Amino acid sequence: MGKEGSIFRVAGPVVVAEGIEAKMYDVVRVGSEKLVGEVIQITPDKIVIQVYEDTSNLKPGEPVENTGAPLSVELGPGLLRSIYDGIERPLPELKKMTGDFIRRGAYTNALDRKKKWEFKSLAKKGDTVKGGHIIGTVQETEIIQHKIMVPPGISGKIRKIKKGKFTVDEPICILEDGTVITMMHKWPIRKPRPVNKKLFPEVPLITGQRILDSLFPLAKGGTAGVPGPFGSGKTVIQHQLAKWSDAQIVVFVGCGERGNEMTEVLEEFPELIDPKSGRPLMERTVLIANTSNMPVAAREASIYTGITIAEYYRDMGYDAAMMADSTSRWAEAMREISSRLEEMPGEEGYPAYLSARLAEFYERAGRVIPLGTDDVSSVTLIGAVSPPGGDLSEPVTQSTLRVVKTFWALDAKLAQRRHFPSINWSLSYSLYEEILGEWFSKNIAPDWKKIVDEVKSILAEEEKLQEIVQLVGSDSLPEPQQIVLEVARMVREFFLQQNAFHDVDTFSELKKNHMMLDSILYFRDKAEVLLENGVPVKNILIMKSKNLIADSKFEKNYEKILNNAKKEIDKEAAKLLAEVGD
Amino acid sequence: MMNLKAYKTINRIAGPLIFVEKTHPVGYGEIVKIQLENGETRMGQVLDTSRNIVVVQSFEGTSGIDKRASVRFLGDVLRLKVSGDILGRILDGRGEPIDGGPGIIPEDELDVNGASINPYARSPPRDFIQTGISTIDGMNTLVRGQKLPIFSGSGLPHNDIALQIARQAKVVDQKENFAVVFAAMGITNEESKKFIREFEETGALERATIFLNLADDPAVERLITPRLALTTAEYLAYEKDMHVLVILTDMTNYCESLREIGSARREIPGRRGYPGYMYTDLATLYERAGMIKGRKGSITQIPILTMIGDDITHPIPDLTGYITEGQIVLSRDLHRKGIYPSVDVLPSLSRLMNLGIGKGKTREDHKQASDQLYAAYAEGRELRGLVSIVGEEALSDRDKAFLKFADAFEEKFVNQGLREDRSIETTMNLTWELLSAIPEHDLTRISADFKKKYYIKDKGEKKE
Repeated sequence: MGKEGSIFRVAGPVVVAEGIEAKMYDVVRVGSEKLVGEVIQITPDKIVIQVYEDTSNLKPGEPVENTGAPLSVELGPGLLRSIYDGIERPLPELKKMTGDFIRRGAYTNALDRKKKWEFKSLAKKGDTVKGGHIIGTVQETEIIQHKIMVPPGISGKIRKIKKGKFTVDEPICILEDGTVITMMHKWPIRKPRPVNKKLFPEVPLITGQRILDSLFPLAKGGTAGVPGPFGSGKTVIQHQLAKWSDAQIVVFVGCGERGNEMTEVLEEFPELIDPKSGRPLMERTVLIANTSNMPVAAREASIYTGITIAEYYRDMGYDAAMMADSTSRWAEAMREISSRLEEMPGEEGYPAYLSARLAEFYERAGRVIPLGTDDVSSVTLIGAVSPPGGDLSEPVTQSTLRVVKTFWALDAKLAQRRHFPSINWSLSYSLYEEILGEWFSKNIAPDWKKIVDEVKSILAEEEKLQEIVQLVGSDSLPEPQQIVLEVARMVREFFLQQNAFHDVDTFSELKKNHMMLDSILYFRDKAEVLLENGVPVKNILIMKSKNLIADSKFEKNYEKILNNAKKEIDKEAAKLLAEVGD
Repeated sequence: MMNLKAYKTINRIAGPLIFVEKTHPVGYGEIVKIQLENGETRMGQVLDTSRNIVVVQSFEGTSGIDKRASVRFLGDVLRLKVSGDILGRILDGRGEPIDGGPGIIPEDELDVNGASINPYARSPPRDFIQTGISTIDGMNTLVRGQKLPIFSGSGLPHNDIALQIARQAKVVDQKENFAVVFAAMGITNEESKKFIREFEETGALERATIFLNLADDPAVERLITPRLALTTAEYLAYEKDMHVLVILTDMTNYCESLREIGSARREIPGRRGYPGYMYTDLATLYERAGMIKGRKGSITQIPILTMIGDDITHPIPDLTGYITEGQIVLSRDLHRKGIYPSVDVLPSLSRLMNLGIGKGKTREDHKQASDQLYAAYAEGRELRGLVSIVGEEALSDRDKAFLKFADAFEEKFVNQGLREDRSIETTMNLTWELLSAIPEHDLTRISADFKKKYYIKDKGEKKE
């Protein structure tokens, strides 16, 4: 038994080889076309390999070669702006090599070996460095400075450090013991990158989406699950998060996604402008696209490829966010491979290790102090889930819910009514609310929490009242409750609904959220006073001035509009009061 | 070197599967010829290959095959002979002509499994296809390169709708090469006759290729029929610069065949007995729709599936909906009311709609008007539930307007003739005619300038 053996059996993406020695998760090259595969099971005389490419026409007897290393990604300058498949093959390069269709056996480096980067050294000769220490920088894009780190696990005294223009694989630093450091290093995707210390997530990830930031906030370094049956607007919300969240680095993984939608992302992202820097959004983005018809094993790997890249930028001191759409497709890839391995299935055919894998994955999120710098940084994970038939009790959703702290429940019913983002406010929750509340009070408005709680209770009361309205109609409700219904409608239509395709409404800053809610509650308070003073509820419900609050959604100078709305509400209220007085 | 040795080493036959021992190394997915003792030959494909045993799936079933049959491995995957002459032809489920015409002289032989389009090479669909059906054009717009399935139920007129789309579909203001590839899987002889007659009568046959796998044809053959159709479509689209509309009916039959193979292989079944890889398998079909940068042609897909027990959460519609870009859902209730096409717009959706509509494509007010139709109809439908409890008298005037709207919407907007080809302008005007029965200030989804331009004043009051 050695490093080379031969194929014994081929069944779809699963290949069994004999006469070869291997460790679990070693990468092997299969067949005469040297297709990439990974060892996923070892039996007394054979190994089982999942192959990342189409296996048509592969025959028993063809050679199998063990590379001896686990599946790894290349990390270094040039990742940003790239578009990769699930195993970090650059799709534009593949197109050059094999044309419009992906043919198998095409391999190329993830990072361009010819491009020279200007390396500025920060460390100097004689410095003692260890894994994670930043020894220099490269301006990777105009907005992101790439920090060149000593790869984890390496340490020593610098014998020589260069500066100037280099390619990613040229030596830039040599240690006393002869270790050569290049700008690029490899890291196995299934192994989390080490950190100095994990911290508690207490700073919000600001997304610009009103319902998320105000009612169900996510923390930097936190985890969120977004389950949504098909047609519930899940993709749009993910795109919105990628575009607008205030993470410095965004890794977007299209895992088993639709080709046309992925293309929309690929076309749209390069044109988008980052609202803060005014530069193209791609300058801080890495896209990973493994569409549903691309090989299933590469789909399984794509999630790990994405998180490893996110962790790498975290180690430089950045806040990174990774969005995975969808983790259900990932789980299904696991199921498919598990079933080919004839493993005993767990619930609904998923492997018994499903929830362990999901938990391990989400555990790679976090707000941390990295190995080599004191800057606090983070990886935030947002995973979409596509529950079959919209049934939230299925294993992938349930296993996800057990680990994530924020749950944004998309609702097909809301989407059908064209209420977007169609996030159900009674099912969603955020466990970060309490701890982030402090941040909001300190940084936005002292009464943030109070206002949000009031709005939530109005929505909850509406839900109860709706049941009665369904039976008897809204006219027969007591007057104060009719006001509640109206205020709740205002919250839903003016505040919760947000148009992702409108230039202004697509991003709503925290201060605006606060002012809008404050104005709606202002109306409610006024309405209650009017009611007490004998103004007929009918007249209150048709007050025109309250609709001015809705106008603020679409305008940049919302402050003026909202202040004006309050004034108009006052005026109209005074008029109504005067009428009663007469 | 191709080894065309015939093996007489069948060791087991189960369902559509044949297990052959002691072969030379056989490639995964290779095509197989099985010769029966009476001289009859059948085709099959390798599903699993190892040093010990090769599992062959026979496309034409295994009835009549015994251990004495001989098996030949042809050394290549399944390929379809294609040429420009394939248009106007009727072929069986395996791609053999059944219209009495000559064999197809191939310009090329293509692997029927195709290859995945590099997502980076795709060009995003954005050309509006006018189908002449208001519920589709107005509210669930189809665009070139999209895959938009029809979710139907048994006994609903999905085939009529598919034919109407095939007949009427066009890109406004463009005269371009247009072709239809039609794949029938497990449909009845009667239905197939109807399709062929329709194609012949309207003269559509000359720009169509039809693949027919009928209900009494072998079930496993259904697994290759859609692949042949899509390979043909790719050839026409990318080699002959044509805009191809592919209609696949009925995907439910396809999935049942997939399940049959899975169970014959004794695989561990997933939901409702369907194999765990059904999602991936369906994706390899549906994802063959699209457009490619720098190529003129396109492939638009309309797969049709009947929902078993009208259950949209059944694995077939469910997995389909996760791959396709929306769905057109037919409703039994509307059908019973005598409304054709009985499209229930509420669960229907076209995910690519926004790319294909708006100023310069359809009309500036399209998006907002469509959102408003959805919202108003949803509200009207909810009110029907309320009315059945409290009676119409208890409703406010506002509610009554919405209730009325819902009825008018079904009768005038959804309902249209089998041969009625409505232009997008007609559909949009109809939209405003209906919306104008609702008081203007209740149309909250439409901006003031559009209302000013299109809202028909006094319409509501006149109706009272």
